[in-house]
Amino acid sequence: MSRLYEYQGKKLLREAGIRVPEGEVVSTPEEARDVVERLGRPVVLKIQVWVTGRAGLGGIEFADSPKEAEEKARKLLGKKIKNYEVEKVLVEEKLAIRSEYFAGLIIDDAQKSPLMIFSSVGGTGIEEIAQEHPEKVAHIPIDILKGLRDYEARNLLRRTGISGKLLLKISDVLTKLYKVARQYDARSAEINPMVLTEDGEVYAADCHIAVDDYAVFRHPELGIEIAREFDRPPSELEKIAYHVEEKDHRGTFYFLQMTDEIPKEDRYIGFNGAGGGGSMMSMDAVLNSGFHLANYCDTSGNPSASKVYRAAKIILSQPNIKGYFASGSGVASQEQYHSARGLVKAFYEEKLEIPGVIRLGGNYEEKAIEILAAYLKDIPAEVEGYGRDDSPEFCARRMKELIDKNGSIPHEIRPICDSDVSVDAYGFEIFTGKIAIDHSKCVLCTSKGCVDACAPGILKLLDDKPVLAVTEEDAKKGKCTECLACEIFCQFHEQNAIDIHLPIPGLKEYRNRLIKGTSDLKSTEEEKV
Amino acid sequence: MAILVSEKSRVVVQGITGREGMVRTRLMTDYGTHVVAGVTPGKGGGEVYEIPVYDTVEEAWEKCGPIDISVIFVPAALVKNAALEAIDAGVKFLTIVPDRVPIFDVLEIVRLAKDRGAVFVGPNTLGLVSPGKAVLGMIGGRAERAREWFRPGDIGVSSRSGGMTSAISYYLTEAGLGQSTIVHVGGDAVVGLSHPEVMELFEKDEQTRLVAMFGEIGTTQEERVADLIEEGRFTKPLIAYVGGKAAKSGTRFSHAGAIVEGTRGSYNSKVQRLRDVGVHVVESISEIPKVALELRGSSGR
Repeated sequence: MSRLYEYQGKKLLREAGIRVPEGEVVSTPEEARDVVERLGRPVVLKIQVWVTGRAGLGGIEFADSPKEAEEKARKLLGKKIKNYEVEKVLVEEKLAIRSEYFAGLIIDDAQKSPLMIFSSVGGTGIEEIAQEHPEKVAHIPIDILKGLRDYEARNLLRRTGISGKLLLKISDVLTKLYKVARQYDARSAEINPMVLTEDGEVYAADCHIAVDDYAVFRHPELGIEIAREFDRPPSELEKIAYHVEEKDHRGTFYFLQMTDEIPKEDRYIGFNGAGGGGSMMSMDAVLNSGFHLANYCDTSGNPSASKVYRAAKIILSQPNIKGYFASGSGVASQEQYHSARGLVKAFYEEKLEIPGVIRLGGNYEEKAIEILAAYLKDIPAEVEGYGRDDSPEFCARRMKELIDKNGSIPHEIRPICDSDVSVDAYGFEIFTGKIAIDHSKCVLCTSKGCVDACAPGILKLLDDKPVLAVTEEDAKKGKCTECLACEIFCQFHEQNAIDIHLPIPGLKEYRNRLIKGTSDLKSTEEEKV
Repeated sequence: MAILVSEKSRVVVQGITGREGMVRTRLMTDYGTHVVAGVTPGKGGGEVYEIPVYDTVEEAWEKCGPIDISVIFVPAALVKNAALEAIDAGVKFLTIVPDRVPIFDVLEIVRLAKDRGAVFVGPNTLGLVSPGKAVLGMIGGRAERAREWFRPGDIGVSSRSGGMTSAISYYLTEAGLGQSTIVHVGGDAVVGLSHPEVMELFEKDEQTRLVAMFGEIGTTQEERVADLIEEGRFTKPLIAYVGGKAAKSGTRFSHAGAIVEGTRGSYNSKVQRLRDVGVHVVESISEIPKVALELRGSSGR
């Protein structure tokens, strides 16, 4: 779920006609001062980060004057709260609170409908309050075709002990809250606390709205950078991975780092799962063998070889991992040789030194295992391929044995080199990259096997040299499926004349910084000596 | 009898001319699924593997006769309208393969389906197979694989993970245990037929004598299966695995979710509830065939 910040959520509520405290979001102490000058009232300053219980974490301050607001904002901005650094603070009028309530909308998987929940007690610790006072909490399912009717909202409120004018005011807020949730495809939308002020008005004093990741494409106006929930800001590597996924719709590629730093001596594994269930089962097996996971990654849903290649390159951008473990359900419907080719290209480029255990059970697993065995025998690392009859537990044990055997060497990050294909080589663009064929080398080629290897049949021979058999436009639009078969054939059986360039924006710079970081560290260590 | 699909079911493929639609139609027809028509708006009059293509489901129905099932392979953003079109045309069972379908779209499909007495599997499903009879979706990948991996028998399989649907069924086959119907209910938070609804279908199915279920953390599906058993509405032996033990706990959608569901959804809640009502909860997938053999006694294949 893609969460919105409080200030973003409140903006949507305000536009829908729900009363929210007057104020503005700021990113400098001076702006905070200006806001208070304009408001001319005491204010509350609230950090805009995705944590709950901000007050207890020192993320809420009060100020009575512009000067005080400036000081308090200076204190809050830049502060580290859990995994977040405070970049924005919401400055808004302080409410004179008479009582607090809770309103929330969720999607209920059992009733398969939206559910509006209301509690006539609210505020911090709402979950416990609701348990202690079940008579103050009520909920109703909402008919998706009709929306929340005002009388339905009134009946809901009546059940929690709300009556009179207040019942009218709050029911109005509830029907509007549902409209906001529906309009913005919210998976959940909560107002907590909903506040009744001393002068009898109802305000949304805080709100949490999370948008359905799958519907983010409908709402460019929300400016959601990564349509996914994080309990911390996404890491740089995760951002790089997300953009790979975003640009290639073929199959899933999901990448999440599970630790900030991997000490050289610790036993972390680079993990490449396939499918949610199979990945979970495989992760359990890795953990049970005494390893930690550096990351979670899922390449499934019939991804192209190029996507698996990029996933492997990203996984291998984590220094000090001790092994590469790939495993899914074991009986995948997708053709597994695509994944095998993607891994071969990545491992070969990386001159992989840490061992790999690759469990590619499923359709064409024999061919997939054969590809790994045939093309990875020359790299420093030992890489073993397994199929559906080898359990994740067995594969995790093999991982351990291989790591112990090579003395548990940590993975070292290599710089990403620019391809050295000459600029005048024959070439064309493909869906997510470029193919270059050095025709001068093709003279020595006897088999012309690249043409046969090309499954979609987009290559043909012209004057004994491979060229496109379809238009350049078609190749780019996806006729070239990026199966990598031509390149691998040419590299291992012929003249190494084909280069498939699959850029990963940002990765080169990312690795360079890591490498520089470690060398800086090394030189300081040396100085100490 | 198997559930939901048999070799007699008359099937339409929506999105038959797309990349996945075309490839998977091949799988289905090769396996024996009775695909009578395809639908792609704007491509009516064409053919895919000698299957006629129409512009609308209604047209397919008029020209080819009644349609029992629609299998949908259209981009996620178009799924809602495709599903509503099929339901409106009178189709009573849909298999919605695409993933990333917005949840409010799914809720709208649920709502119309309820009105019309229709049901669906998915979205985000690999599909389902009644071994030896028919396959819907993309499970198995290729017909010869699907024949090798899945064998007819009396064990029902219901799973929230696509890969594990195949894996469990394959390991059962390896142990000499066939399956009645294999259903991947789909990986999303809200799906058409969830575990409890599939259990009710297996309960009524004479061929099914035992059920294997792959559950996962999140949602209340497994707890609701336990509720069904408690209410006496599902009485067949059930073997269950719940994935996600290692996952970080406490990933909660919202306070609101916690208020309504309490601790439902967690690994411990699911395992506890299932064990309390006598479900055989196993710790590893490889135990499923073993327990199934024990439960079946020595009756063999």
